[in-house]
Amino acid sequence: MTSTLSRLPALVPPPVDLPPRAAELRAQVRAFLAAEREAGAWSPRADVWLSGWDERFTKELGRRGWLGMTIPTGYGGGGATPLDRYVVTEELLAAGAPVAAHWVADRQIGPTLMRFGTEEQRQKFLPGIAAGEVYFGIGMSEPDSGSDLASVRTKAEKVDGGWELTGTKVWTSGAHQAHAFFALARSAPKDDTNRHAGLSQFIVDLHAPGVQIRPIPIITGAHHFNEVVFDHVVIPDSMVLGEIGSGWHQVTSELAFERSGPERFLSTYPLLAALIGELTAGPVDAGTRRQVGALVSRVWALRRMSLAIAGALESGEAPELAAAVVKDLGTRYENEVVDAARLFVATPPDPGAPDGFARLLADAIQHAPGFTLRGGTNEVLRGIVARGMGLR
Amino acid sequence: MNTELTELAESVFADAASSDTGFDAKLWKTLEETGLARLTLPGDSGGSEASFADAAIVLSAAGAHAARVPLVETDMQAGWLLTSAGIPIPDGPLTLAAGDLDIARTHERASGTLHRVPWARSAGIVMLAGDSVLLFDPAGLTVTDGSNVAEEPRDTVTVDGAVTAASIGDHAGTELRLRGALGRACLIAGAARGALASSVQYAGERVQFGRPIGKLQAIQQMLALAASEVAAAGAATEAAARAADADGMLGAQFAIASAKARASQAAGEVARIAHQVHGAIGFTREYDLRLVTTRLWAWRDEDGSEAEWNDVVGTMALEAGADGLWPLITGTP
Repeated sequence: MTSTLSRLPALVPPPVDLPPRAAELRAQVRAFLAAEREAGAWSPRADVWLSGWDERFTKELGRRGWLGMTIPTGYGGGGATPLDRYVVTEELLAAGAPVAAHWVADRQIGPTLMRFGTEEQRQKFLPGIAAGEVYFGIGMSEPDSGSDLASVRTKAEKVDGGWELTGTKVWTSGAHQAHAFFALARSAPKDDTNRHAGLSQFIVDLHAPGVQIRPIPIITGAHHFNEVVFDHVVIPDSMVLGEIGSGWHQVTSELAFERSGPERFLSTYPLLAALIGELTAGPVDAGTRRQVGALVSRVWALRRMSLAIAGALESGEAPELAAAVVKDLGTRYENEVVDAARLFVATPPDPGAPDGFARLLADAIQHAPGFTLRGGTNEVLRGIVARGMGLR
Repeated sequence: MNTELTELAESVFADAASSDTGFDAKLWKTLEETGLARLTLPGDSGGSEASFADAAIVLSAAGAHAARVPLVETDMQAGWLLTSAGIPIPDGPLTLAAGDLDIARTHERASGTLHRVPWARSAGIVMLAGDSVLLFDPAGLTVTDGSNVAEEPRDTVTVDGAVTAASIGDHAGTELRLRGALGRACLIAGAARGALASSVQYAGERVQFGRPIGKLQAIQQMLALAASEVAAAGAATEAAARAADADGMLGAQFAIASAKARASQAAGEVARIAHQVHGAIGFTREYDLRLVTTRLWAWRDEDGSEAEWNDVVGTMALEAGADGLWPLITGTP
């Protein structure tokens, strides 16, 4: 068994502890959230990072230095670490606070601009991201390119002074309210021997001439997703992100940030808390208590795994395999919470309720299909894990 | 991570791996020589004064290679009890008798019956009775063999003889229970890793339909699910061990209870997938997969069953209530 065991890859980075200053930061965030709730500014909701668009709230966070925390101070950021940011984001998600407006910009646009952006691009976008005033979407998927991202067909053709984009992006959350997104496009003809070559990323102003944004309502009828159509949209050379032809490498390094964060297991946390609230209103039998314990032990373990990845990101690593593991396990967990809530409490879901258990349950049920699809389907992620173990 | 210790532990336990049953005296000698046998105990008790994070590394390796030694019992339970009570530690492996005991005692003699004592036939027996730590004189013991589902000794011991007794402070029982749970969870995390490694290896070798079964997406998906369980068990136990180092056993109660519960949940899932991937050969006595899967089945319900630790976590969560749950999970009130 020796050689077998040593061939197994490390599935999670080594554990980390939060720095002592994290406790103070956490206390500040909790005090702010308590005051917001006291004032009735919003009600806790499930899946807030998709559906909770609240620009006032986002600007409040920016004012307090809780957006763009890892962006250097010279660009208006906090000059803090990924673990500091982790503390703030997990507190916001656990509280069910409306974080959708800044979510993509804060999570992956800021770090990606720091990694691949030009000085001009950083100056242009980072201060606004950190202030909670500039919002971004994601421009990866297309009608015929979902899990198979390398098959994107949006075409970028070189023109004088820039690139002309033609094609369609889909599932872009918040495109109708955001300022810009990173579009992944094919800048050189497809090479069947190297599918990942010839892809590039462009920073697209969503208000530019030739950009059309159409809603794609989700099951509930709510408008979060959009189709973004480019009809000969000219992108100046100064808005090419990173290197022409390096789009694949850039996108995959963005994914380690996208897949391992607390939003991959906390989308239904407000429902779990409400479930505990419902249960404590009366007597709890041993069987239910044990199942609650199992459920709580699982979210505790997920958090430790996700924190370990944040620690690895902090040391400059991009643990792709571990991020895939957390996202697979975490998004299935989000569904487990929904089932537990249904089975332990006999209150039916009520999408018309203003807040509380019945509303959280309704939202969670209706949003659940997205959990295991967005950011790479769980089946594709398991393929990444299988490859990491040498099976593919 | 302590790379040197990881390599030492992997090599020591890999060298000893075999499909035999019963106490592995040769391995125990090596563990004593390398300082791994009493890893976390103080130096004047013959220990190596290592952290629980280090113990997690060693126990995970022991679990992965199905080591046949009472490491948790000697180092984390019985050795700690004796040291805390000021009783000199006898040579050789030790074990802990606990739970449902019927024992009458004076200060120097005891009689009664101890049930399901791990490795009793091969180890010095220690127990906590109220606020007293007892070390039994082997001359007064009669051992009847028993086992768990992994064929590890879980013996019945009839006691009628001399004991060494000393008192111990409050909370010893709670701490002892947490120590057992932490140690057992680390063993589970290791055994789960061992079962996954065997399954990945087997899927790469077993050819059906003209190719290794590991090339089939159905198998790849199953093994990825097992990998996520192994990852969860590993991360949970490492985090709990660090919590015990930082906050003490009692301070780390929620982390340890959660880690034992989570590792036990992983145990069942990983064993199930490992057997499914191996097909019928894994279900045979001749094949070594059983060494780790039977341990997963046994250990998930030892040192507190999966149900008991789920209950501890559930009770803490319900006591915390809707608003207190998040502070409990983050360990920050």
